[in-house]
Amino acid sequence: MASVFSPPGFDFSNQLRNNFMAQKGLPLPKATSTGTTIVGCLFDGGIVLGADTRATEGPIVADKNCEKIHYITESIRCCGAGTAADTEFTTALISSNMELHGLTTGRKPRVVTAMTMLKQMLFRYQGQVGAALVLGGVDSTGPHLFTIAPHGSTDKLPYVTMGSGSLAAMAVFESGWKANMSREAALQLVKDAIAAGIFNDLGSGSNIDACIITASHTEMLRNVEMPNQRVEKERQYGFRRGTTAWKTENVRSLIVNEEITLLGGGDEMDTT
Amino acid sequence: MAVQFTDGVVVGADSRTTMGSYIANRVTDKLTHVHDRVYCCRSGSAADTQAVADIVHQHLQLYSQVSGAPPPVHTAASIFQKLCYENKDALSAGIIVAGWDKEVGPSVYNIPLGGGLFRQPWAIGGSGSTYVYGYCDATYKEGCGRDETVNFVKNTLALAMSRDGSSGGVIRMCVITEEGVERLFVPGNELPQFWQGSEVLPNPKGKAVPEPQVVPMVVE
Repeated sequence: MASVFSPPGFDFSNQLRNNFMAQKGLPLPKATSTGTTIVGCLFDGGIVLGADTRATEGPIVADKNCEKIHYITESIRCCGAGTAADTEFTTALISSNMELHGLTTGRKPRVVTAMTMLKQMLFRYQGQVGAALVLGGVDSTGPHLFTIAPHGSTDKLPYVTMGSGSLAAMAVFESGWKANMSREAALQLVKDAIAAGIFNDLGSGSNIDACIITASHTEMLRNVEMPNQRVEKERQYGFRRGTTAWKTENVRSLIVNEEITLLGGGDEMDTT
Repeated sequence: MAVQFTDGVVVGADSRTTMGSYIANRVTDKLTHVHDRVYCCRSGSAADTQAVADIVHQHLQLYSQVSGAPPPVHTAASIFQKLCYENKDALSAGIIVAGWDKEVGPSVYNIPLGGGLFRQPWAIGGSGSTYVYGYCDATYKEGCGRDETVNFVKNTLALAMSRDGSSGGVIRMCVITEEGVERLFVPGNELPQFWQGSEVLPNPKGKAVPEPQVVPMVVE
């Protein structure tokens, strides 16, 4: 006998039907995807994260200036690529759980904790939650930088890239990264990597966001670079008044005049 | 791969992680700590093997806390096997478990795709392993010392990495003995070199070899 209670988690009962319909040529609804360039880079005393600001729905740019660097805790941030809704909600959920974790333990939660929570959640959903993340932050054990793929695998590296622009960005890192860089040099390298994604990858575009995390301070640099500002048009493309000739002119009054005659009388509204 | 020797085991792996044709990580550490003297080599899906290794790591922490002694390698391997066998439809994980315990000394267990459990003196796994079965059969000897075993592992991995496109990068090795775990690293430009094919089609006798002409490319 079928249970009247719905089990927790995702419901896959329509998957077979949906696959069949897709096979018959009925397209599935498209999700807003962040065809994205996101990067992270380790430097002397912290982490720099970077992201572009384009969100796409297939070939359409859905948002020209979205935020892809999500808050986890004050000193841990997470860049998201993949399905926009999934990155938004997974990071929000883990952020909430990290706050509670910090309250129950009485300590500042660590980056590995966030990483473990994220990888266990993404693994549980077997890649159905389409979130590809770059997680970075500083805790009591120092700065840490991770990538988390949608199936729940993680990598720990000194410089990482994710999203459709990851190849362009990685090319910049591979040629320009050095060990023990200064904060300024790391920020410049991250900006260059994102710019490479913006200009060489169709899924990425618009502006550059960056975030510098050190042990004492987190600095969110929203739109640090705006290389795609719309400029004022050199010419006016409006038509001059009187361009179109007319043969007749007819002006009609569209105002309806009504006259009200009171019947019976005596029950007028008191307007004093 | 993992190889047993007289007073320990050597585990080794390449460092390549791929996503399709893209190398997502060229310095991966596939030798995963599951307890003080037990390591595993992961092959297959990174997500699956990391998840399984994390679960086994948790089990072994609990085991050593409850029993007050480090777990035998067979215990660790059995937990891996249980997870791999019971979830065989959902997992793509080939794992080699190796380590040292006071009950049997050094031991190597192979857990291939279906979730079997096999004790072997040496084990190889992953996409590159098929290229070097013959080399291992021809080269492995019983009763080797530490240095000999380290060289055997290093050479086997270098040969597999040169033939398999999905393997490469650097060589990481661990020597696990009663005394402790020693980590070894061989950079990608210092790998053992074998036949490179340079003697194929040698230059005709008596003829001078022309210097390769390097012409600067014209750039518009």
